[in-house]
Amino acid sequence: MVYLTRKAEFSASHYYHNPAFTPDENVRIFGKCNNPNGHGHNYTLEVTVKGAVDPKSGFVVDLKQLKEIMNREVLDAMDHRFLNKEVAEFSKRIPTTENLAIVIWQRLSPKLKAAQLHRVRVYETPDLFVDFYGEA
Amino acid sequence: MFSASHRLHSDEMSAEQNQAVYGKCNNPHGHGHNYAVEITVSGPVDESTGMVCNLVDLDGFVHQHVLERYDHQNLNVIQEFAENVPTTENLCIAIYKIVQRGFRLAHLERVRIEETMMNAFEYRGDL
Repeated sequence: MVYLTRKAEFSASHYYHNPAFTPDENVRIFGKCNNPNGHGHNYTLEVTVKGAVDPKSGFVVDLKQLKEIMNREVLDAMDHRFLNKEVAEFSKRIPTTENLAIVIWQRLSPKLKAAQLHRVRVYETPDLFVDFYGEA
Repeated sequence: MFSASHRLHSDEMSAEQNQAVYGKCNNPHGHGHNYAVEITVSGPVDESTGMVCNLVDLDGFVHQHVLERYDHQNLNVIQEFAENVPTTENLCIAIYKIVQRGFRLAHLERVRIEETMMNAFEYRGDL
């Protein structure tokens, strides 16, 4: 089993707000992140897949295909977007980095044929990242 | 880190198949990378030294048996790649075997290689 990680960057804005909380609760829990005009990040995404090395090609997976899947399923939808308003999953889910990792997993996992998705890692900033390994 | 060239090509496939599978990496003149290698070892912390193993020993081993072997070389002409395409997957496995066979001072956990800033590969010893 060899693990292969492909990185990509995207820039997006978001804000944190739960309509079930009062305005005061939203400010208390989310602080500056509750600004309804949003704020932004340069996110770094690392997608790790795992699989056996194909004895003919020497590959676990064709990197070109993995890159295309990442572009189509994630980057085209999220890059240079306001996540709360423009990405369907975040109309009902707060676009925290945790939920972003889970949503990206859910978008990618069914599209990967040759190898299995092992981990999605999302850096919100260079100092803060989330790992999701697919467990429910 | 070591700098090496390689070409991805398999004699078991036709010219068209090689192009389709390997794309630009099939360029007959080869191309190169600065490969960044991470070797992860594990073990208990020795009470008298405070170390799992002495990094001088690990660095020395890796320098002599990995870097000297691959640095500024063409991977395709190295013995372990005579019958094996020198993808970074296979390079991970080759380096793992070298370290596992020859370095006894700590347990080898994994070999990780960054081929470019955007791609990394890791082998933990299970097949």
